[in-house]
Amino acid sequence: MIRINDLSKEYETKKGSVIGVDRVNLTINEGEVFGIVGYSGAGKSSLLRCINLLERPTSGKIEVNGLDLTKLRGEQLRKARLKIGMIFQHFYLISQKTVAENIAFALKAADTPKEKIATRVLELLEMVGLTDKKDVYPAQLSGGQKQRVGIARALANNPSVLLCDEATSALDPNTTLSILRLLKKINRELNITIVLITHEMNVVKEICDRMAVMQDGRVVEEGMVYDIFSNPQADLTKEFISSVVSFEVPQSILDQVTGRIVKVLFKGNVAGEGVISDMVQNFDVRGNFLHGSIEYIQEVPLGLFLMEIQGQPENITRAITYMEGRGAQVEVVRSGH
Amino acid sequence: MGIDIQHVIELWPEILKAFGQTMYMIGISLAVAIIIGLPLGIILFVTDRGLFLENRVIKGILGFIVNMVRSIPFIILLVALIPLTKLLVDSTIGPAAASVSLSVAAIPFFARIVETSLREIDKGVIEAAIAVGATPWMIIKDVLLPEAKSSLVQGITLTIISLVAYSAMAGVVGGGGIGDLAIRFGYYRYDNTIMIVTVVILIVLVQIIQQLGDWTSKAIDKR
Repeated sequence: MIRINDLSKEYETKKGSVIGVDRVNLTINEGEVFGIVGYSGAGKSSLLRCINLLERPTSGKIEVNGLDLTKLRGEQLRKARLKIGMIFQHFYLISQKTVAENIAFALKAADTPKEKIATRVLELLEMVGLTDKKDVYPAQLSGGQKQRVGIARALANNPSVLLCDEATSALDPNTTLSILRLLKKINRELNITIVLITHEMNVVKEICDRMAVMQDGRVVEEGMVYDIFSNPQADLTKEFISSVVSFEVPQSILDQVTGRIVKVLFKGNVAGEGVISDMVQNFDVRGNFLHGSIEYIQEVPLGLFLMEIQGQPENITRAITYMEGRGAQVEVVRSGH
Repeated sequence: MGIDIQHVIELWPEILKAFGQTMYMIGISLAVAIIIGLPLGIILFVTDRGLFLENRVIKGILGFIVNMVRSIPFIILLVALIPLTKLLVDSTIGPAAASVSLSVAAIPFFARIVETSLREIDKGVIEAAIAVGATPWMIIKDVLLPEAKSSLVQGITLTIISLVAYSAMAGVVGGGGIGDLAIRFGYYRYDNTIMIVTVVILIVLVQIIQQLGDWTSKAIDKR
């Protein structure tokens, strides 16, 4: 478990001090995948780097598994870091060492006996699917392969926590997906708590259990990923969600629409129940989809539709009440003309 | 101005001896520069602001000393170090004596080159090593030196070539060497033949060193 308590980080610059992280409180549970989202400059990277004290917070506490890291220095801090793995956007492998040597480096940091290093390296390479690249130098690897080496290095000393600093931001969509799946597998099989920062909502949607949204160094929203996707509160969160679930309908199309326009949201298994077709059959109305999608967040469906309903106003109202009765959230966007 | 082959043959033993002396002086001072200058350069780097052994006092003192030695013209250093030379090699003349001053000049020169080479390393790689829990010694041995080795070879090449130039002044303390020969015969005695021959030798020497350095630097780089 990671407990971040009233954490602030200020930077001294030529123009005076700048606040990077502003009194953040977060609790990240053991075994969960926690995503921190925000635009660049929001302070998410600073926050992440404070967790393993790559940056020393100006004030506040960081507890990892009950140990207050801000109290540690030198050798004690180094020992604590052995149990906190980290991967980076640009991988940061030692370019002059082979894949195996890069991983062995981490093992040496933990004083692993020589005879055990070779077997552990192979074990790790197997886990990330790179056994054939053992003696290759990083320059000969693709981005995704480099990140796999980074992951193997981070996991070398059986950490309880894995910090991911924009780990997929330099990768193409397919590679991103394969790295995310690997992270999810690591999370499940090794029960490693993962904290990741990203500006891509797709990453969060794919693997995070809970998330926080950051702006100007502060956490503006925090909660279960599904809840936040289905019911975002802060404007910034809504903006991020719209990057995944967009309801932009061209004005020319909207002008042609005469009926009532409603936004319908189905959560969980309700999304697959055919509520809309039942509604159209049971009430004297016609439905017309303008936009819609079903997103699967951690394999739970979240349906969002923008539709036009035509018919007698009282029938439309009854139809909407019916949908709400079946568990949908309905919001009238335009009442029709 | 022609080349008198007979004269070259006549003085060939002299030229060979001078070449040997140049090699001797460069060899010793390069060895000393690496043995002392490399750690010094590493300390200058790792004690810098924001690095893992940040220490303003050490950085400030060492930086000052390095700058001071580097600002003294070599010819003055050569004379100023006579007492030290006497103490170390029990003589103030000859190639061994000249090597003392050459070494003293080469140490800060090479230290700054090392520092610059280390600065070229992506800070992220160092940070990743810190995050992994590596000790400062491990970071120096397994990250800084391997990552900078190609650039360090270029730096050694540069140092050798500078030493070739500096060693020409070793004649002041009777150090000998090719450069000294060029000055003594070519400059003072208007012996064009010897001047041309020695200069050609120096040109060839520098070219070979540079080529060798470039080739080695490329051959060991895994990027």
